[in-house]
Amino acid sequence: MIRRLLPHPVLSLALVAVWLLLSDGFGRGTLLLALIVGLALPLLVAPYLRGGARLRRPWRVPAYLAVLGWDILRANFTVARIVLFMPRRDLRPAWLRVPLDLHQPEAITALAATITLTPGTLSCDLSRDGRALLVHCLHAPDPQAVLAEIKTRYESRLQEIFG
Amino acid sequence: MIGEILVSLLLVLGGGFGLVGAWGLVRLPDAMSRLHAPTKSATLGVGAVLLASLIWFPSQGLGQDWHELLITLFLLLTAPVTGLMLARANIASARRRGEAGPPGGDWSALAADPPPADDRQP
Repeated sequence: MIRRLLPHPVLSLALVAVWLLLSDGFGRGTLLLALIVGLALPLLVAPYLRGGARLRRPWRVPAYLAVLGWDILRANFTVARIVLFMPRRDLRPAWLRVPLDLHQPEAITALAATITLTPGTLSCDLSRDGRALLVHCLHAPDPQAVLAEIKTRYESRLQEIFG
Repeated sequence: MIGEILVSLLLVLGGGFGLVGAWGLVRLPDAMSRLHAPTKSATLGVGAVLLASLIWFPSQGLGQDWHELLITLFLLLTAPVTGLMLARANIASARRRGEAGPPGGDWSALAADPPPADDRQP
């Protein structure tokens, strides 16, 4: 019964939170509307969602977000330095094929977004069988090192979270 | 006072990164490289400006709301999607023009008839 009414509890919770933050003030009416949105929207879109992501170790998410936040900051300074100071002829752009150990679409999406937001790499495409990710590096004299960093720094952590 | 200094620093930082993002578009040699500038610098640039706004209004007693936080969050969620879409369009059109693309031929952007957007892999 609960499962039928609340097919995606985390999504519902997130919707309520976003609605409350979007509206000015936290009146009773706002809260009621937020609850309606949080309950109704997941029911309406449920046919289009799969079962949803299964987080095996959700308590590892904050640590991952901290690593990600720090790397986003680092990414900006790295890219800014390349854009501003590196002579064009020293630039070594490279394509990289990242074979994936992750299986869940949600996990692969998280990895792709992470790669785009972090230093000098951009996820560009997924192979047709979903087993490899195409990554473009802005400046990678040693593409294998970039591949190793993606695997160990991000994918292994996501593997632990999603299981 | 401290708030004002902090807000000024964040605004300068945000403006600086916005400029770097724009300059990257001009300076980087090819379309794929140019994508790197807006997906990173611009994101942090806008993030810094929004953070400044988040600090400024309450410190002036003008009321607090959390819209800026949501904008930053949505921006971080959508920037990779935009980047991916632009990259895929770029790969497909480079192939059509006969230019060298990424190694390997099994990328979904190169499919003759691309799978529907909600096609999910097992």
